Amino acid sequence: MIELLLFYVFAAVLLFAATMVITAKNPVHSALFLVLAFFNSAALWLMAEAEFLGIALVLIYVGAVMVLFLFVVMMLDINLVSMREGFARYLPIGALVGCVMVVEMALVVGSQDVNLIHGVSAAEGVGMSNTKALGSVLYTVYAYPFEIASVVLLVAIVAAIMLTHRRRPDTKHQNIDRQVRVRKEQRLRIVTMAPEKRK
Amino acid sequence: MAEFANLVWIVAKIVALVVPLFIAVAYMTYAERRVIGWIQWRKGPNRVGIYGLLQPIADAGKLLMKEVVIPQNANRFLFLLAPLFSIIPALAAWAVLPLGDGLVVADIDAGLLYVLAMTSMGVYGVIVAGWASNSKYALLGAMRAGAQVVSYEIAMGFALVGVLMAAGSLNMSEIVHAQQGPFWEWFWLPLLPLFIVYWVSGVAETNRLPFDVAEGESEIVAGFHVEYSGMAFAIFFLAEYANMILIAGLATTMFLGGWYSPFHGIGYLGPIFDLVPGTIWFCLKAGFFLFGYFWFRGTFPRYRYDQIMRLGWKVLIPVTVVWLVVESVFILTGFGPWF
Repeated sequence: MIELLLFYVFAAVLLFAATMVITAKNPVHSALFLVLAFFNSAALWLMAEAEFLGIALVLIYVGAVMVLFLFVVMMLDINLVSMREGFARYLPIGALVGCVMVVEMALVVGSQDVNLIHGVSAAEGVGMSNTKALGSVLYTVYAYPFEIASVVLLVAIVAAIMLTHRRRPDTKHQNIDRQVRVRKEQRLRIVTMAPEKRK
Repeated sequence: MAEFANLVWIVAKIVALVVPLFIAVAYMTYAERRVIGWIQWRKGPNRVGIYGLLQPIADAGKLLMKEVVIPQNANRFLFLLAPLFSIIPALAAWAVLPLGDGLVVADIDAGLLYVLAMTSMGVYGVIVAGWASNSKYALLGAMRAGAQVVSYEIAMGFALVGVLMAAGSLNMSEIVHAQQGPFWEWFWLPLLPLFIVYWVSGVAETNRLPFDVAEGESEIVAGFHVEYSGMAFAIFFLAEYANMILIAGLATTMFLGGWYSPFHGIGYLGPIFDLVPGTIWFCLKAGFFLFGYFWFRGTFPRYRYDQIMRLGWKVLIPVTVVWLVVESVFILTGFGPWF
């Protein structure tokens, strides 16, 4: 009873937050609503006994990705009026993407092979904790796809760094090692002079 | 009806945890000022009540009665919400921390992950406060805090990976059980580099000295909470100290054997020391870390911002990665009494 109630609360807040992400006027508000949406979907996953996925969603998306996202959005000086203009122009392509997603979801949910309604939760099915089950599958059955995915991510990281990294000879660069190794004699000059007499 | 009774029981457990926590936070502020006073050869607060013991209550009363000033061009809603973003994760993470054998609000399997997720959310309070204040100093403080917390989270996460490899579980109680024994069998010894990395990044995560560039009084006035006053400021303060106690408690749980006495399981000494309840041992060990916080504050000058980033990315993260490899060798060879 309480569980069902909680589900509807989380689901309602999730839908509300998701709608606000695309309708909020201020981009910072949009980003914060996206955080709320992530958080509520994590709560829904927890209720489905997928605790590893739920907590990982909070850890990675809420804790790291959205923080950086929020940074960028806060730094941008966005002209709100010019953002409104594109709304009608991009509406058809947005609607198309939305339709494709709905059809895809319908295929998954309606499929005979994916039994969502009477499925067993991961913890019950394997008889061990969620994290352990996921880890053992990931490193045995799906070892190669997992490794390949990680290499793809590594390539993306290297590419992103290569694209943004450029040598700028004119910047003032601090050499920390040299700073640390500085001795007193290199910086301080003690001058001996005769004391002056007060007149 | 049974569900309702269960709900009441959960709420009772939460209250039994949070009320002592708030009292501890209040007296942390007192202890900090006294300890810093001693370090700096002065007395600290000693006028309100005997030995100044009523000082935190006087401070709380003062903050309660002050006006919460909202800057004219601030984003009113987020400005008032930001302190809550700060305090809620700081309190929520306490749910999985075992204060004694079986003395835990929620004994969940993915406890360590949960803690990591909750501590990573605390930064929202700082960022939102900095942005909503519509002030240069506040935004600068928020930027610094955000970059710092995101960077040190990685080192912290790697240190926790080392703990979970050694314990073979993500459950906090299981982690403590894995360390059962005298003090040299706790994880601090085989995981010494990770322990130090965790401690340093714990100080950085809570934005405490010598890593307090988010506040940096001499540079950016008070950083992200420069526009806050009264109770809104008090909540930020509360969150900071609750986070400090949390980091101390986590370090105790993961590296110093949680509720076990330092001589657990040795001949005659073990049973004598076991007479002291486990919660007291837990608090003593956490107190050691908390004293460390004050000690650092009284000893070290503030790091420069680029030095903080260098320490996080170029020193702490490589150390953790190397030690994870070493630890894997330990586990494979069954090294010492730990693995």
